[in-house]
Amino acid sequence: MNAIGWLNLRSLNQEGIVFAIAVVLFVAAAIGLPGFIDANNLVAIVRSVSVLGILALGMAVVIIGRGIDLSAVAIMAMSVAWYLQLLNTGTSDGLAFAYVLAGVLAIGLLNGFLVAYADVPAIFVTLATGSFVFGYVRSQLITQDAVPVPQGHWVELLGGLRFLDIPIEVFVFAGLAFLLFLFLRYTKWGRYIYFAGDNPVAARNIGVPVRPMLVLRYVLSAFVALIAGLLTAASLHSINTRIVNSTLLYDIVLVAVIGGIGLSGGRGGVRNVLVGAALIGILLNAMTIIDIPLLYQNLIKAAILLGAIIVDGIINPRDEQTAQQGDI
Amino acid sequence: MSFRERLQSWRYNLVPDHLVGEILTKRWTDNAIPFLALVVTLASFGSIIPGFFKLNALQESTRQLGEFSMVVTGMTVVMLGGGIDLSVGSIFALSCFSAVYVFFILEQSIWLAMAASLATGLIFGAINGYLVGYLRLRAFLTTLVTFIFGRALFDILVTTYAADVQLSTATSDVLDFIGDSTFWGLSVSVWLAIILAIVTHIALTRSRPGWHVLAVGGSRRSAHNAGIRVRRTVFMTYVFSGFCASIGGFLIACRLSGAGPGTGLNLEIMALTAAVVGGVSLGGGRGSVIKGLMGAIIVLTMTNGLIRLGYGTGTNQMVLGIMLAVAVTIDIRWLKNRHKVLNEVYVAPVYLKMGETQSAVPDSGTPYELDNRLSAADHIGLGELEGPEDVILDRDDHLYCGTRHGEIVRFFAPDYVRSEVFAHIGGFPLGLAFDKSGNLISCVGAMGLYSVSPQREVKRLSAETARSWTSIVDDARLRDPNDCDIAPDGRIYFTDSTKRYDAHDWALDSIENRATGRLLVYDPRDGLTKTLLDGYRYTNGVCMAHDGKSLFFAESWACRVHRYWLEGPKAGTAECVIRDMPGYPDNINRASDGNYWMAWLGMRTPSFDLSLRHPDMRKRMTRRLPQDEWLFPNINTGGVVKFNQKGGIVEALGDLSGAAHPMVTSMREHKGYLFVGGILNNRVGRYRISGADPNWTSPASYWGAKP
Repeated sequence: MNAIGWLNLRSLNQEGIVFAIAVVLFVAAAIGLPGFIDANNLVAIVRSVSVLGILALGMAVVIIGRGIDLSAVAIMAMSVAWYLQLLNTGTSDGLAFAYVLAGVLAIGLLNGFLVAYADVPAIFVTLATGSFVFGYVRSQLITQDAVPVPQGHWVELLGGLRFLDIPIEVFVFAGLAFLLFLFLRYTKWGRYIYFAGDNPVAARNIGVPVRPMLVLRYVLSAFVALIAGLLTAASLHSINTRIVNSTLLYDIVLVAVIGGIGLSGGRGGVRNVLVGAALIGILLNAMTIIDIPLLYQNLIKAAILLGAIIVDGIINPRDEQTAQQGDI
Repeated sequence: MSFRERLQSWRYNLVPDHLVGEILTKRWTDNAIPFLALVVTLASFGSIIPGFFKLNALQESTRQLGEFSMVVTGMTVVMLGGGIDLSVGSIFALSCFSAVYVFFILEQSIWLAMAASLATGLIFGAINGYLVGYLRLRAFLTTLVTFIFGRALFDILVTTYAADVQLSTATSDVLDFIGDSTFWGLSVSVWLAIILAIVTHIALTRSRPGWHVLAVGGSRRSAHNAGIRVRRTVFMTYVFSGFCASIGGFLIACRLSGAGPGTGLNLEIMALTAAVVGGVSLGGGRGSVIKGLMGAIIVLTMTNGLIRLGYGTGTNQMVLGIMLAVAVTIDIRWLKNRHKVLNEVYVAPVYLKMGETQSAVPDSGTPYELDNRLSAADHIGLGELEGPEDVILDRDDHLYCGTRHGEIVRFFAPDYVRSEVFAHIGGFPLGLAFDKSGNLISCVGAMGLYSVSPQREVKRLSAETARSWTSIVDDARLRDPNDCDIAPDGRIYFTDSTKRYDAHDWALDSIENRATGRLLVYDPRDGLTKTLLDGYRYTNGVCMAHDGKSLFFAESWACRVHRYWLEGPKAGTAECVIRDMPGYPDNINRASDGNYWMAWLGMRTPSFDLSLRHPDMRKRMTRRLPQDEWLFPNINTGGVVKFNQKGGIVEALGDLSGAAHPMVTSMREHKGYLFVGGILNNRVGRYRISGADPNWTSPASYWGAKP
């Protein structure tokens, strides 16, 4: 792996730099921090980063298509909270899951519709729907902040599942990443995402169904959020809706952006998500081992994200003459 | 009239469809939706919640409103400049903490606390401004990140110092005054918010920096190219937003005497929602402080009202989410489609059944029958002129005509080869007339009535008349002044063809066919303009009768000529003297034999006459077809008609070849020649009239022999 890194030194890009930083950080932590290199800790790193990574995969698809999904965390937490609430109040599993799936897809469709057909900037649409999803589910559908998983339910069993001593969500993350890689690289619809992200007008002119593809991306992102939510509930045996107000959302953006997926769209892929997730995973784990309080961790993450956005802005500068009006 | 036609005429002539389009042209319609929302919100919550309008309750909620509306004012300014500031919540909280820290922990004076608070806001705003303005990062994400950063910092500070603040014994009368007292029924924070709003409003609308903000928001690129310092302007908007948020933070520090984890929570989404709900446009350039305040009241009433109605956790976010989504969508769709809708609904045709007419076909034996005489006319200025709508000659035989470039061109006698630009006015000079002292009076399309002295001084005589009370469009403005003539006493009678369309859209008026043409008079003695007659279908040419006691004016789309009496028993009234002509009349001028020349700008066609009886069809046409495919009146053939005092037709001249003068908008007789102009023509024609008085000139006819 290192050899490849050296070979690419001449054509250094953000992904390479971040990967190098991740490696350096890993080595430094391995030497400097006791217990970091321990097998259990390594599994913990991968595990902690899986849910984040899965959410970042969904976000990556949207960002590559020149959008952003700020409702991902709300969908993830609230859909699962509603599902568990339905189960706890005696609704049959199949029916409950059908409700939730329909709800999640509806929100994805709504996001996509408003962005694609009403031409509303994605950032406002998803900010609004995120707020709505949280508010609606919290005030109308569930009764308290945290909803537990019913005893013996398959979600609980899922959390205990191990393969080669590695928790199941790591495999889900890997599987999803591989599927997304195939989708983005080898399918027609996957390529369309890059075309539309790079230059929506040109894509439209050559006949790419830009608007239906936009809707697809937001539906995909919502669906991925549901999977991430189920895995979270599986490992914690409950879902806490307060997570919506935490900085998880920005961690997701951080993973995507720091991995080298440009916010102006059309660039990046699954590999960037993996690199970004690796760096953030190592960083968070190292900070926890050094015993930095959570509040300070937020400060550090915010600073890193700010740095990443500044670097992104310098690498992809905007020109007064070509900048789109209203592109905020 | 058949039953169908009767229904059509009722439907389209009595229902005022045109008002929809006229209302949509008003800028205040932008404010109508937010204002309606405000009224509905206040009314519904006021009626649901008992005691909502009680003084105590109002004071409590307005106190909050004062702080909140300051933040919204800052957000509004940033949005007007084309950005967005999501970090206001953090700035608010940190400023609040700064004040609390300086006052309670350092135990310094309240003024120092205020200074610390404002400094916090300004510094934070400057950071945002630097990142977004100078480094040109994306405003939304950047301020989102600075928001998290500030929030994390605030959380750390609050958890560290919360206990110390509790133990502090610092007190101050000033603090209590700012926090608790009221002034004429309103709390200090509300007064400060009002002052800030007024100052900001004046700065935005009346000062150079304010205009720069609006210019940058309206079109960043144009502002940049116009030399405005875009980056610095954007920078300043964020600093201002930080400043506003910090005042709010200071006020809440005074009111609550402390800072808690809930300070400024969700403030950014509330402020953003307020600005957007109020009607401040995303992407900048459109909006005002007042709109922001309306939004602030709506949002605060909604959220507070829901809490007081006892809805649980999350309701606020739900309502904010819905409001934000709906408002943003309406804003985007409205901005995008307003012009489209306006273009589609503005033309509102009416029903008209044109009377049977006589034929103008050659050899048809009617007085209107056209011949080919005008094709023999010489040409003057061929290819040099564009759109000589009217032509006129002065006492020295020089020829004057307007062009579509806004100039009046003079051709020199005797051969009319040499020419010069006599005067540049702008607009589109149409009708021309010489007054007694040799000033050239012109009706300038889209501008008004102008006078050009022999020394070429251009002077505006009139651009407006009295506004009528019932009209929604501003009918004081002269939109399409068309032709003028001057009475012996010096008063200038002129026509304004339509109230609903600008001069260059005159063809749309023919499709709509609504009677909005006017006859006006300008009195040079007091400089006032009065409306004499209203409600004609495109008033056009005006000509003083030979005796100066009445005037003729043409009503183009109705193919009629009217006589308006200035003196005598019928003074002040008009009567129709020629009706149901086969052509659309334009300018009218005197002829040497005591009759009158009248130009026909086009000829009626059975198809267009039929379409006038089908307003529904014309309405569908204007909405569904591109303009190139619309059915217009035929303006490819026209002619010149001579009529007598009583309205009897004497003769008609035409150009059947269509090569020289297919359409005629004006003609002027001078020393035995007829000078012919056309608004779509590229020349002035000169035609020798057989048997005409070779010494008769128009200035002499009006003002007597040369002094």
